Amino acid sequence: METPKTGEFAHIGKSVIIKGELSGSEDLYVDGVVEGTIELQGNSLVIGPNGKVRANVNAKGVVVQGKLEGNIRASERAELRKSAVAVGDIFTQRIAVEDGAYFKGKIDIQKEAAKPSTRPDSPVEVKTSPAAAPAAAGAATGTGMAAPTVASTPVTKY
Amino acid sequence: MASVTHSFMKLFRGSPADATQSVKSVKSTQRLTRRSSGLAELARVLQSEEPVCVLDIGSTSAGNIRYLTERGHKIYSEDLLEASTDPSLAIKDEHGQWVLDSKRFVAENLVYSASQFDIVLCWNVADYLDESLVKPVVARLWSTIKPGGMLLAFFHTREAGPDAPCYRYHIADKDTLEMQHIEARRDLRKGPTGATHTSIQKSFRLQRVFNNRHIENLFRDFSSIKFFLTRDNIREVLVVR
Repeated sequence: METPKTGEFAHIGKSVIIKGELSGSEDLYVDGVVEGTIELQGNSLVIGPNGKVRANVNAKGVVVQGKLEGNIRASERAELRKSAVAVGDIFTQRIAVEDGAYFKGKIDIQKEAAKPSTRPDSPVEVKTSPAAAPAAAGAATGTGMAAPTVASTPVTKY
Repeated sequence: MASVTHSFMKLFRGSPADATQSVKSVKSTQRLTRRSSGLAELARVLQSEEPVCVLDIGSTSAGNIRYLTERGHKIYSEDLLEASTDPSLAIKDEHGQWVLDSKRFVAENLVYSASQFDIVLCWNVADYLDESLVKPVVARLWSTIKPGGMLLAFFHTREAGPDAPCYRYHIADKDTLEMQHIEARRDLRKGPTGATHTSIQKSFRLQRVFNNRHIENLFRDFSSIKFFLTRDNIREVLVVR
């Protein structure tokens, strides 16, 4: 999910600071500072690269590109992009984490309610940068890693 | 002891240019695979129907989150290496030298209930962690692991050399790991003590090498310790509280 176009999301810009309870019934993009709580049941929240949120978040979908300190409750999906710094617990049905994202907390995958035609997908999605896939295919296998050579290696007494 | 350790570590740091060259050869996106006997032992617990509580203190890995949550386990993730590079942890000691505030670090990290975890995935964190943090972190881990719970850690052997790259470990299968070179985050790259990470451009550097006796001493409060020797200059260690 890239930066949403105006009109698609309510937008909190870089210079905006909000303290208190934020609730709504439309999708929200936060690129500023929010402290308090964010309640968007049934809608999505995107924390942009400049966003700094210190709040517990409750939404249908949550995408973190900036900084979030607080718990995430995403009824459908949570996504941590590579620039994300998220500290708090995540409760969701599905989660995607990009390589490079920083996360500190618990992940609680909540079982989806049975649906008639759901695909048996994994609830967790691994995201890597585009260059990773071909590199992985040609990666060395087994334990044969090249070790750098040094004349001596010091040890520490414990 | 501290000064001896400091001089040992100085030998490891090398020049910034050396570090940059060594890191260049390893692409951050490339993943290497390796078999892990320690993980295979842990897999006996992870494959069971009984849900367990797992703490991963390596770099955040979506693969590990997926592997564990798919099997109904609870996972906690806390990237200790990254946390140790917080510049605000730098304080001056009585000699005016920049050091890492280890008391504050352990007060702010690994804050869990006693005996909370069945398994701790330590990976190679101890080899790259600042000297002042290693013992306090292991002591804290001991208290957070349940009696009978297990900790998996990797230690480089002397042959690995000081430029051994720091990896993010992804569980690929019950006895297979994928290793991905870690680059420190741009905003956290400056090390708190100056010495630890500022000498390098993009990556963490090996801080020391533990031999078997050091490892046994480090985990002496645990009830048992098992070594697995590998051919890639890594000792895998599985300890049981």
